[in-house]
Amino acid sequence: MSEKKPGLNQSAGKTILEIRDLDISFKTNAGTIHAIRGVNLDLCKGETVAIVGESGSGKSVTMKAVMGLLDSNASVNSGEILYTYPDASGREVTVDLLKMPKKQLRQQINGQRIAMVFQDPMTSLDPTMTIGKQIMEGMFLHENMEKKAARARALELLNLVGITDAEKRFRNYPHQLSGGMRQRVVIAIALSANPDILICDEPTTALDVTIQARILELIMEIQKKMGLSVVYITHDLGVVAKVADYVDVMYAGKIVEVGNVNEIFYEPKHPYTWGLLSAMPDLETEDDRLYSIPGSPPNLLHEPKGDAFAARNQFALAIDEKAEPPLFQVSPTHWAATWLLHPDAPKVEMPPELQARLERARKEAEKVL
Amino acid sequence: MTKYVLKRIGTALLTLLIITFLLFLLVRIMPGNPFPSERMSADMIANKRAEMGLDDPIPVQFFNYLRKLLLEGDFGNGTSLYYGVPINSVLATCMSNSFRIGGMAILIGTALGLLLGITAALNRGKFLDGFCTVLSIIGVCVPSYVFLIFLQYYFSFRIPFFPYFFDAKRFLFSSVIPSLSLSLFTLSTIARFTRNEMVEVMDSDYVHLAEAKGLHGGSLVRRHVLRNALIPIVTVLAPLIVDLLTGALVVEKIYGINGIGKLMVDAITGEGIDYNYVLALGILYSALYIGIMLLVDILYGVLDPRIRVQGKAGDA
Repeated sequence: MSEKKPGLNQSAGKTILEIRDLDISFKTNAGTIHAIRGVNLDLCKGETVAIVGESGSGKSVTMKAVMGLLDSNASVNSGEILYTYPDASGREVTVDLLKMPKKQLRQQINGQRIAMVFQDPMTSLDPTMTIGKQIMEGMFLHENMEKKAARARALELLNLVGITDAEKRFRNYPHQLSGGMRQRVVIAIALSANPDILICDEPTTALDVTIQARILELIMEIQKKMGLSVVYITHDLGVVAKVADYVDVMYAGKIVEVGNVNEIFYEPKHPYTWGLLSAMPDLETEDDRLYSIPGSPPNLLHEPKGDAFAARNQFALAIDEKAEPPLFQVSPTHWAATWLLHPDAPKVEMPPELQARLERARKEAEKVL
Repeated sequence: MTKYVLKRIGTALLTLLIITFLLFLLVRIMPGNPFPSERMSADMIANKRAEMGLDDPIPVQFFNYLRKLLLEGDFGNGTSLYYGVPINSVLATCMSNSFRIGGMAILIGTALGLLLGITAALNRGKFLDGFCTVLSIIGVCVPSYVFLIFLQYYFSFRIPFFPYFFDAKRFLFSSVIPSLSLSLFTLSTIARFTRNEMVEVMDSDYVHLAEAKGLHGGSLVRRHVLRNALIPIVTVLAPLIVDLLTGALVVEKIYGINGIGKLMVDAITGEGIDYNYVLALGILYSALYIGIMLLVDILYGVLDPRIRVQGKAGDA
């Protein structure tokens, strides 16, 4: 057992983003909310990491910290976000994004190296500016492009994200476009300056189901073409299964389980991950009621004692009330923070319904392959 | 856009016509009459009524009034106030006083209000924000005439720097105090609104997206925040402007300004109600209001493309 071993992706790729011991709290009228309590996360070049968890688990806050978009009442108590990139001379440079002044972050990192796609395309475009201008804005800012060149590139991007009659759309205002189209535009904006890392904050949640798949495929396609590393923030496990190489399960401001996508889907170890997987709608399950994890996430206004998930965990042990479990290693890439993995813990398996379900899913997946 | 503007202008003119008719009707059925009865005999009044055409049926009276107004731009003569002097010339003097002082108040109020609001929003949660909030609450709560009396006391009486009353010969100098006190409410309202709108816009996804693009500081505020925050501000600004141009009743009275606010009070409370003045001022107020609302609507279209396209056919 090792203490606080970070979420490690033992892949061949080079790590370009490393989050270490990130700890963030928010000052509110009600008191201080300790939203992020020591998060570790790795992103390797060309790979996709998905962060899953319920609303309020801290997924978005973690990635907003990377973008320098935290609200003004947030304070970063500790930790570092190390980003590695080749500088102008091609030398590898590693910077701590948290220590970088806002101005420098905006000038050198945002939009050029790390870009973001937001959750709701209906609100993430400026209603008073044509989409063409919004796409070109970043290019003027970072690359000092000439208007003509920027325009050509913007049209090219619109084509890349699958918008037909780009010439006409270029002059449109956001309200003249549908939700799916707008999300494509947001993706085009994110890609406008050739970033290394693309952060997608629930990119399909606000879209209807038929569009969701297309947007995901679009992002994957572009990722392959441009060699992007992608971070997905989502609570949709269907999305995770489709796109992710690695999965970080987040609960109450901590990463409770991390592993590659197969490990998380077929051999989950944390009761919370079991709960999440059980709560996924499925045509085969006999039960006519959809499972939901009982209770609600803890209020982080008060520091949780012991394991934050204990109160909702039917498999909780006595120690869960007293001490927070460390991350236990399951495989070289798989870690979970639950006392159930302690050598002295009683043998507890995942619920049989879930086991049957995962078995079915695995067979299905093999059939497809 | 042109079609949209034309449509708006048409609606505005129609509204004004209807209002004119209603005003006319209301003035005629109002209790009281234009003649100081204690100084005029019944015969004299009857003569006067006939001369002014007050015995004709109301539609005929209205038609005559409208014809004179539209064809000659003549509001008629005063019936009891400034007897015999054409309203147009009195109105011109009063309007120029009111509009100039009101206009200055609008400029001061809007400029300082925006400045204060933007400062507060950019320093959200810090000392300056709180300071601006307190300042604007005081400004909204204190009536302009109280502020006027305060300024008069300290800067005309205790420190005799500014004139104690309005003086048309020293126009600029003597309108500092009334303009300042009139601007207070506008200033505070605009400041509060600007601050809240900007804070809201700065928290919006599209501003975050702009930040994610790498925009920051002044260019972020100019390109994405201000324009979006200004749209609702334009709406509150419109009635404030009309109020300032017309509504300085008490301030004009206290500071002795010969303006339309004072004129309105005099027309109603003088010896007998002056039909023509009340009517002329009523129409003027309505026209101002409608005109400024029209301007706001058009400005809206310029600021907000979502409104603009409605006027354009077949482009969605």
